[in-house]
Amino acid sequence: MPTATPISRVNDFVVRFANVNGSGSASANEMFARAILRMGVPVAPRNIFPSNIQGLPTWYEVRVSEAGHLGARGGTDLMVAMNPQTFDKDIAGIEPGGYLLYDSTKPLPPSKFRDDLTVIGVPLTAICNREYSDPRQRQLFKNIIYIGVLSAMLDMDVKVVEQLIGEQYRGKDKLIEPNIKALHIGRDYATLNLNCPIGLRLRKSDKVGDRIFVEGNSAAALGAVYGGATVCAWYPITPSSSLADAFTRHCGRLRVDPETKQAKYAIIQAEDELASIGMVIGAGWNGARAFTATSGPGISLMQEFIGLAYFAEIPAVIFDVQRAGPSTGMPTRTQQCDIISCAYASHGDTKHVLLFPEDPYEAFEMGAQAFDLADRLQTPVFVMLDLDIGMNHRLSKPFAWDETRKYDRGKVMTAAELEAGKEFGRYLDVDGDGIPYRTYPGTHPTKGSFFTRGTSRDRYARYTEEGAPYVDNMQRLIRKFDTAKDLVPRPLQANAGKPSKYGVIYFGSTSPAMDEAVAMIEARGHSVDRMRIRAFPFHSSVNSFVAGHDFTFVVEQNRDAQLRSLIVNECGIDPVRLVPINHYDGTPITARFIAKAIGDHLDKLTMKSVKVTS
Amino acid sequence: MTYLAKPKFHHPELPKNSLGYTHRDYEGTVSTLCAGCGHDSITAAIIQACFDLAIEPHRVAKISGIGCSSKTPTYFLGNSHGFNSVHGRMPSVLTGANLANRDLIYLGVSGDGDSASIGLGQFAHCLRRGVNMVYIVENNGVYGLTKGQFSATADRGSKSKRGMMNTDNSIDLVAMALQLGASFVARSFSGDKHQLVPIIKAAIAHKGAAFIDVISPCVAFNNHAGSTKSFDFVREHNEAVNRLDFMPSRMPIEVKYEPGTVEVVEQHDGSRLALRKLAADYDVHDRTAALGFLQHHAAKGQIVTGLLYVDEAPEDLHAHLRTVGTPLNRLSEKELCPGQAALDKINASLR
Repeated sequence: MPTATPISRVNDFVVRFANVNGSGSASANEMFARAILRMGVPVAPRNIFPSNIQGLPTWYEVRVSEAGHLGARGGTDLMVAMNPQTFDKDIAGIEPGGYLLYDSTKPLPPSKFRDDLTVIGVPLTAICNREYSDPRQRQLFKNIIYIGVLSAMLDMDVKVVEQLIGEQYRGKDKLIEPNIKALHIGRDYATLNLNCPIGLRLRKSDKVGDRIFVEGNSAAALGAVYGGATVCAWYPITPSSSLADAFTRHCGRLRVDPETKQAKYAIIQAEDELASIGMVIGAGWNGARAFTATSGPGISLMQEFIGLAYFAEIPAVIFDVQRAGPSTGMPTRTQQCDIISCAYASHGDTKHVLLFPEDPYEAFEMGAQAFDLADRLQTPVFVMLDLDIGMNHRLSKPFAWDETRKYDRGKVMTAAELEAGKEFGRYLDVDGDGIPYRTYPGTHPTKGSFFTRGTSRDRYARYTEEGAPYVDNMQRLIRKFDTAKDLVPRPLQANAGKPSKYGVIYFGSTSPAMDEAVAMIEARGHSVDRMRIRAFPFHSSVNSFVAGHDFTFVVEQNRDAQLRSLIVNECGIDPVRLVPINHYDGTPITARFIAKAIGDHLDKLTMKSVKVTS
Repeated sequence: MTYLAKPKFHHPELPKNSLGYTHRDYEGTVSTLCAGCGHDSITAAIIQACFDLAIEPHRVAKISGIGCSSKTPTYFLGNSHGFNSVHGRMPSVLTGANLANRDLIYLGVSGDGDSASIGLGQFAHCLRRGVNMVYIVENNGVYGLTKGQFSATADRGSKSKRGMMNTDNSIDLVAMALQLGASFVARSFSGDKHQLVPIIKAAIAHKGAAFIDVISPCVAFNNHAGSTKSFDFVREHNEAVNRLDFMPSRMPIEVKYEPGTVEVVEQHDGSRLALRKLAADYDVHDRTAALGFLQHHAAKGQIVTGLLYVDEAPEDLHAHLRTVGTPLNRLSEKELCPGQAALDKINASLR
């Protein structure tokens, strides 16, 4: 008997699988997560993988949460320890009273375990060796067998898993039956030999609703399809490659002429990030909607071109799926660390539009909207994803598209307008919003052509190095950026139940952890108002939110409090009013982390104020 | 003043082409390069070629990088959109522009500093992709705008104006273009418009990646004794393999030359190139032999000029990508946005 009371919970726990990269575990683990979803119980899976193809440790974490918490929780209630390499560390990460499932084919000394855990040994290798002769099958079916064991341990609906196997191998039907057999080998062994179910249990629920289960990268790529992107130029880099892959896949289904089989898109895997952004800018200049997908190192390489697009005013969309930097950093770990390098990308005075989706639903929305904004503002627009949103399946609202929606192609002067004698000056601010008109190349035989350059020019695109026209142009670019403040998605505010002196600002993938942390902070006797920033430049409500609180926590996933710096810099706010809460070890931020950091801070403050008043 | 508008008036009897345009309609602003610059002769050759072909100026997009040569697109085709991009990256901008609208003519202008150093990668990759374009390198072996440093095409052993010896090996962009799969490869000399103009015309008619290396002496920094890119040196060492006459598809073929010395090459669009062969054994269809010929003569200190290789039926990038005939920048919501019904299906597949 374990020395701690075994955890007893229904539909609210964390299962963590420890595997070896390349062992085929990923699809079995994902099937486990999907099966729980099909039972109507929300799950949030996270793939924690190395920068490696085969041999290094990998983990798959499934957070089961009837309450619908989709952020990482931290800690493990049930560890499926299939990797001897990480066994000791994996055991150490289990919560007191938790459970361990391991392969007991080879006996392990008691020193390898903890006495507060419920240890469940299943001789998985022995079972596989008995059932299968082919070494590859032994490996692959072992994964399905442990899913079968888990189905009995957690009291899962086995029919759901069977159905998923059927769906997964549709078209390769002869694989269905052996997989279902393997599932039952595991399940039967557990039922006969183990004390099933354990304290952690699954029960059918109805909390999933009509939500979909999708990766942010795929959602963003679908947004690009719906947003009318026709040119994609990219260079492989984790964690953004799957965005370009998804665009390729979506276009293959949605953008090929059924009769001619011709493509209504062009995708180029470029020679590097310099070329990919160059192609995007060339296509944008020529009137196509174009984008690239990259990560931090790619953003660094693209800086010069981004400055050109800003200064020459060419629409471009850049999906930055952020990973831990600097340099190669931790290529397969998540961070929100490119905020400054994107907001001020390139030399000289530049500012860029950033969008911060919180989940796949917004990745789709903003993925489409970015093209309207880029065309309207004639400037690069960044969609700031990260590995946590981009590469993990996340439960999110179903995608929706307003059929009456028209693309906003911005201010493009037509041949008819030119013919009618409308004045054209490429950098002429006719409407006072800082946005000039442009023409597409080839529009009119004698009117409306201009020369695009990264050097200074006057309002009619004529080269000049004189101070006054340069300043005039730079001022107009600032006017344009001010116009952007009311075009980009506004921040969303959620106030505490009672008036609070404290605010929290957060953005992007921090969202689910922050939402969950609120109740935990309240349980410690504090309350905070929340504001989720969804874009840069900041809307004026950011200033008023900060002004309306004694101080505001800024929660983000980087070391240097980059969003906080941006707020201080752009909103002219006294830095002492913004308290940085930074999480940057490469794991997704958790509610526990946020609640502790904010709770501790507010505890101290309350204690101080108690002292003062007494 | 770095921007000079040219007066629009011209002699009333200036010849007009089939579109009714005069030569002046293909000009740009006044050149701000040094008097006598080889690049200005190339500009004149481009103007002549476009006039002769009766191209509508606005159907051309002229794209360049950074450097003296990259400034020249302002000096020709004033009614065309132009794009002076960043150093060495004209090829990527041109590739993107070409993807957006396959109907325009893409004229990429670059220099040796632009294409053979920072731009070497993009030079290589746009050729191997088969982008439908004319890629001209105005090659003077020297960095003019920064006052006379060697470029990567400067020959080993050549002397700079300040007397420095170049000890690095040179890059031959023509040999690279051949090796990389460009479907039209030529070299010419800015001082030889009779050779250069027909080559540019043929390259424009070519529906694939056409590369032209034009030796273009720098009068300020690379036109002295000891330079291998000076007017005198190039004239003395020029080994022309052929002289080209270009006939658009609509013109009748008039082969005026002695049989046996003329080879007629018909391009995919029906246009014809008559090659007056100077090197009797030279075959413009043999990529491998072209490379050998080039290197053999280079070893002897000779600069081979002329049309060195042509594939009459090239496939361009759009063919590889199977893109629709309508330019991508003209597709509307109706053609691009799959709508809610498709989204419902996608949502259903994600549950």
